[in-house]
Amino acid sequence: MTAFTPSAAASATASAPRSRSRRRVRPRNLLLFLLLAGPNVALLLLFVYRPLVLSFYYSMLQWNLGSNIARFVGFGNYVEWFTNPDTPQVLLTTAIFAVTTVGGGLLIGLALALLLNQKLVGRGIARTFAFAPYVLSGIAVGMLWLYIFDPRNGLLSVALGWFGVGSPQWYTTSPWALIMIIIVYLWKHIGYVALIYLAGLQAVPQDLRDAAALDGAGRSRTFRSVVFPLLGPVTFFLLITTMLSSLQSFDLIRAMTDGGPLGSTTTLMYQIYVEGFQTGRAGYASASATVLFIILLAITGLQLKVLERKVHYS
Amino acid sequence: MSTTLERTPTPTPVATPPGRRRQRRLLTRLPIDGALYLTMILAILVMSVPLIWMFLASFKELPEFAQIPLQWLPESFDFSNFAQVASSIPIGRMFLNSVMITILGAGLKVILGLACAYAIVFIDVPFKKTVFYLVLFALLIPGQITIIPNYTLIADLGWLNTYQGILVPGLASAFGTFLFRQHFLSLPISVMEAAEVDGAGHWRRLWRFVVPMSVPTIAAVSLVSIVAEWNEYLWPMLVTDNTRTMTLPVGLTLLQSLDGQQNWGVLMAASALVTVPILLIFLILQRRLVAGLTAGAVTG
Repeated sequence: MTAFTPSAAASATASAPRSRSRRRVRPRNLLLFLLLAGPNVALLLLFVYRPLVLSFYYSMLQWNLGSNIARFVGFGNYVEWFTNPDTPQVLLTTAIFAVTTVGGGLLIGLALALLLNQKLVGRGIARTFAFAPYVLSGIAVGMLWLYIFDPRNGLLSVALGWFGVGSPQWYTTSPWALIMIIIVYLWKHIGYVALIYLAGLQAVPQDLRDAAALDGAGRSRTFRSVVFPLLGPVTFFLLITTMLSSLQSFDLIRAMTDGGPLGSTTTLMYQIYVEGFQTGRAGYASASATVLFIILLAITGLQLKVLERKVHYS
Repeated sequence: MSTTLERTPTPTPVATPPGRRRQRRLLTRLPIDGALYLTMILAILVMSVPLIWMFLASFKELPEFAQIPLQWLPESFDFSNFAQVASSIPIGRMFLNSVMITILGAGLKVILGLACAYAIVFIDVPFKKTVFYLVLFALLIPGQITIIPNYTLIADLGWLNTYQGILVPGLASAFGTFLFRQHFLSLPISVMEAAEVDGAGHWRRLWRFVVPMSVPTIAAVSLVSIVAEWNEYLWPMLVTDNTRTMTLPVGLTLLQSLDGQQNWGVLMAASALVTVPILLIFLILQRRLVAGLTAGAVTG
């Protein structure tokens, strides 16, 4: 690699002043470009783009993981997926999970950011505490909360007891298991949302707030008419990123419920894992993965199209 | 973060004697401030109590878990749960695996992203825009669509239960490349041009000018990658079923019992072992980490 230094330097001196006006490609530049960008691009092609294409192909096969026999079935897997009696529940669970974690996350995160943006003693520590769970392993967090949710002697059942409320059977009854995971997901991810909102709040120009105050706007009016519209791009960014990570979440479900009871916490992402690696139906799992990919693309595209127009960039 | 502008809305200047104004302000602010502090303390408790609970529970003996009323402090701070973790799974080996894979994975990711972004921004070739879009679009491709094809590739290569099997498929850096590119575009063009005129080739410009000017971004991308690599679960779980090459989060799930009777003390001890290292890194370097996560979110 060091061999490049003298020759590249020489060529740069020779043609430096006019290099921008001439669009002729110099072989040395080409070589250096390939050397620097090549490995990363090659890895992306091999481990991101190749599997993307291959997954579409796999989704047309009746094929089990590790087996040598594969039968081409066209859209058979998709037909089966759409007619499967489990599909409505998986879609509903996925939708409930995504809407509550994204919506709840944005609301609580914004509230937390507004609070931590106040001039309060100790808010630096509060910010640290709010954000800490975000960096922790989903598996460890899942296990910790499993213990807190333990219906017999978990912290939460005791706390509920103080109010005279009995603890629900979180692990084994249908709506509660999903609610439990949503709560833990929010606990873990709220700090991220709050942090991004906080950065956005601090970018709001003070003279705009002053102008609003001069016009007689109170705190809440200033927030509604000045601050929140200016947070548009941030909200937009968060909507996309939190939606993508919510739809792809896996660790917590794996650590806490394994998709149960009776599939009530099986999201589309979890279904791909179960079908692909537990039942071993790789073709069918690839069809679910493709459906999820199309949903993600559609949501991202829709958000880009619809919201981009309503977002005010300052 | 905390050096930022602190603002409370300034009251409209009206002709009241300054002393009275301050007093009135104090009177209206007091209940609001009280409520704000209360909410803040509540938020701190909600976020921290579970973690404190985990650390305390990791020292508790089995009978203490069934005690009513609840005991906050363990009766004695002995390490029997940790000893039991060590006797159930090769925790030392897993810890080393995790440390090694995290350092290697994050380091390579940063180097690959840095090199790729430099090429995209500073080297003039006709197809560099295409390469950038290739990187950008990769950010939108979800991991789950890649797992089955990548798994079969790794299995065909005979890389199941190997370090390279865990490491290599995740190395490509789309996020890092993107952040580095955004940062490079903001570098003062005059410095780069001066270096070029002085005869510094691309290789020297990268190491002598671009890298030193990008230390904060490099630190931020490194930290984000370290956190991601340390916590990665799904892929290492699929690729390893052997405790020799297994990483810590995967090993953790081996401790969960199948019949539902959890030994919480052992599980909390193991969870503490997974969370403490990354929590420490976070506490020491949180500003840099935060800078990395918020980069591109607000300005972009």
